[in-house]
Amino acid sequence: MGRALGVLIWLLTIGSVWLFVNGRWWLPPYISEHGPAYDRQFMITIIVVGLSFAAAQIGLGWAVWRYGARGNRGERAVYSHGNNRLEIIWTAITALIFITLGLMGQRVWAQLHLNEAPAGSTKVHVVAQQFQWNFHYPGADKNFGRTDPNLVKDAELNFVGLDEQDANAKDDQVVTTLAVPVGRPVELTLESKDVTHDLFVPELRYKQDVVPGMAIKMHFTLTKEGRFELACAELCGQLHYKMKSYLIALPANVYDELVAMPQAQFQGRITQLIKEYPLGIRQGAATTAALR
Amino acid sequence: MEEATTPIEPSAAATEVGAAGTDAHAEAAAAHAPHGHHGPPTGFIRKYIFSIDHKVIGIQYLLLAIFAAFTGMFMSVLMRLNLTWPGHKWTILETIFPLGAPGGVMTPEFYLSLVTMHGTMMVFFVLTTAPQGGFGNYFLPIQVGAEDMAFPVLNMLSFWVTLVGLLVLISAIFVEGSTIVGNTDFVNNFLGGGGTGTLGPIGGWTGYPPLSALGKVAGPGQGAGATLWITSIAIFCIASLLGALNFITTLLNMRTRGMSLMRMPLTCWSWFTTAILALLAFPVLLAAGVLLLLDRHAGTSFFIPGGLVFNDVVQAHKGGSPILWQHLFWFFGHPEVYIAILPGMGATSHILSTFARKPVFGYRAMVFAMFAIGLLGFFVWGHHMFISGMDPRTSIAFSVLTLSIGVPSAIKTFNWLGTLWGAKIRFTVPMMFAIGFVSLFVAGGITGLVLGQTSLDLFIHDGYFVLAHFHLVMGVAAIFGMFAGVYFWFPKMFGRMMSERLGQLHFWPTFIGVYCIFVPMHIMGIVGMPRRYASFQEYDFLRPLDPLVLLVTIAAIVTAAAQFIFLFNFIWSIFKGKRASGNPWEATTLEWVTPTTPPPHDNFGGHLPTVYRGPYEFAVPDAPEDYVMQTTPDAGEGNVAAAGAGQGSGQGVQGSSGNGHNGQH
Repeated sequence: MGRALGVLIWLLTIGSVWLFVNGRWWLPPYISEHGPAYDRQFMITIIVVGLSFAAAQIGLGWAVWRYGARGNRGERAVYSHGNNRLEIIWTAITALIFITLGLMGQRVWAQLHLNEAPAGSTKVHVVAQQFQWNFHYPGADKNFGRTDPNLVKDAELNFVGLDEQDANAKDDQVVTTLAVPVGRPVELTLESKDVTHDLFVPELRYKQDVVPGMAIKMHFTLTKEGRFELACAELCGQLHYKMKSYLIALPANVYDELVAMPQAQFQGRITQLIKEYPLGIRQGAATTAALR
Repeated sequence: MEEATTPIEPSAAATEVGAAGTDAHAEAAAAHAPHGHHGPPTGFIRKYIFSIDHKVIGIQYLLLAIFAAFTGMFMSVLMRLNLTWPGHKWTILETIFPLGAPGGVMTPEFYLSLVTMHGTMMVFFVLTTAPQGGFGNYFLPIQVGAEDMAFPVLNMLSFWVTLVGLLVLISAIFVEGSTIVGNTDFVNNFLGGGGTGTLGPIGGWTGYPPLSALGKVAGPGQGAGATLWITSIAIFCIASLLGALNFITTLLNMRTRGMSLMRMPLTCWSWFTTAILALLAFPVLLAAGVLLLLDRHAGTSFFIPGGLVFNDVVQAHKGGSPILWQHLFWFFGHPEVYIAILPGMGATSHILSTFARKPVFGYRAMVFAMFAIGLLGFFVWGHHMFISGMDPRTSIAFSVLTLSIGVPSAIKTFNWLGTLWGAKIRFTVPMMFAIGFVSLFVAGGITGLVLGQTSLDLFIHDGYFVLAHFHLVMGVAAIFGMFAGVYFWFPKMFGRMMSERLGQLHFWPTFIGVYCIFVPMHIMGIVGMPRRYASFQEYDFLRPLDPLVLLVTIAAIVTAAAQFIFLFNFIWSIFKGKRASGNPWEATTLEWVTPTTPPPHDNFGGHLPTVYRGPYEFAVPDAPEDYVMQTTPDAGEGNVAAAGAGQGSGQGVQGSSGNGHNGQH
């Protein structure tokens, strides 16, 4: 029985490790500047985790294989209450590894969260609502128009409660797809109309809760063009699983042309871009040029 | 020796175990002398229903947890079916849930209510109830040599309050799931309205406001069901609080003579630590729950900010903070993880040592590690909230503390391996589950190193990686601890053995099954699969995971089916199992010296045992057997009435000199 259990523990260990290393399933390719640093830290951590996991399971399997009672009741186990030196050694080693990992694990976070977005970042307001994403652009004047919850009229497509009387609001655009430029810092301001949502684009390596009553800022810089699925990652009610949009990462000049358009044209152009950009990273500058 | 009536004064002497000759006696045990103890009840109702006997209450808790576990498991299978075959018509479902599954197809809100009820059922009524309320109640008093809990009536009350909590939770299913119950005046006027075809609320077991705070305006499943759900949790908090008080008092004041703290079985340490955590954590959740109820029904705005708009209507609330709830919830919620797992650690240590026929490796380190985990457990709740919008600098502090909690967890793993090293393992069913616990604890716990890092949470938070992590460690590992406990203590609880063959038949598919369910879920998380999705059909990036989704579902069905082997074995063995001897496992602690099996009403037949040594004296050189009972006096104490391997004969046990024996080996 013991040997069978030992072998089973080893087999389960091999199977588990195989799932992680077979290459079929992994993080999607990254598209942001902090992507490589994220993936490196993830890989280092997974290697440490994998080695510790395998070592512990192999040890457990070995103990179970090796130290089964062999039917002879006269045999006795080793009479030992432990070994303080061993305790100290393995505690120190584990503490060192874990704390080091913990400190390394703050780098990407600090870079994104402890710094303000660089001056001149492209700004977009994100307004989440039950089961729709709204993206509010400041228009050519680069100033966001005033919004007011009392002005929200979903039926009239005023999802964010934009105040039409406000001069800054005249050229603002609100669409349900997030278009941003590649190679320029982007700052999103996240707000929710109703419950807590979460903005998640796997390729972006960024998840951020969108909390009602707060205006949470997040910033990043994209390095790759393409179209990517944007999901809600915080349970927000009945149709949470359908609260989907796209992030379209455009060449800076295409983006500049887009945001200079008035609302109706902007909307049409976005629809066109969704068709032109297949899902995933868009390869090659030639296609970028063709787009223009 | 102190007079038997000396007032309770346990702690100072009890903790000084280092020096020879300072064996503490728990005078409390004597103060709780036989004549002062409640006599055995005679009527059926006082004996088995409204019983104040900790053993009956323990079994009641255990049965309640088994019921809740099977209910929760059934819900999880339904969820897997929906995820794997979305839109499929399950004709039988329509018969059971005409509103939730019209035409046999589960609606998304029905799915989310399954998510919520599964989580609540499992976390509160299984993981918190069975290991602590069940085994702790039954065995803590016996293992420390007491006749009952310190407050038997309070103990009875805590069980019955727990049961009320469960009934209220179940009633949430009916007010939301049926139009008949769900449309009564009471439900509509006082509970926020029901009959939405869900099985209760759909906000997840974490119930984040504002979704959970606004009532029906926030969508289906946020009416009466949510009110009952919060009420149920609040009731559960009170019950746990009562239980925790009892555990702490009993352990500190009622240990028998010679049972110094450092001679207690590790199970007792784990129940003690857990009780302290429960005492400090549950009141916070209770407060949060009351505030949430006020937000829902009294128009307050603790968790609801101003300017919320639903269907173009601005809500009247203002000034609250959704994040406040998350702080309160996780201040409870993280210790709760340890409330679920610590008793499993205790049981595993206890059982590993017994069947390894070897003392626990590093007993003292195990005790300190458990306390370190408990203490640190109160300072890491923020790792559930890295991306919640709270101050990112705070996250860094929480993150580093979180990584450091891995250290005592690793110490425990090392010590379990150390216990097995050089052992003579007997592969009984409880031992198989205890070994399984170690394997699963490592598999589930180690990924905490990934999740504890702020940076890495930027991608993996709120996804299947987290789901896999906590299911393995606080769900499955903890349940393996429970299975180990059931198979191990069943002979003492029911006087019969469970079938070893059926037990093995239960263990193998369960152990393989849980690996096949939860390891692939990590991979899903790495690909980016978000939690709490009623369907994965909307997203292209999730398509490559289809084969894994199917694998997990098949494994879940097989594993769930295997649990019926356990259920059959459990029930069958109560009536038909082989009669158990007083100490079938040749174990050393006090539960195995009771005069009868199951133990009599006052546990030790009126004569409390005296303890002479630590709890895990296996393989002692020169001892006649390979185990030495805690009650066996040292050589040269021959005049002491034998309380040894068997059934304490009583005479003189109470009167013998327990002083002067060094408990340290």
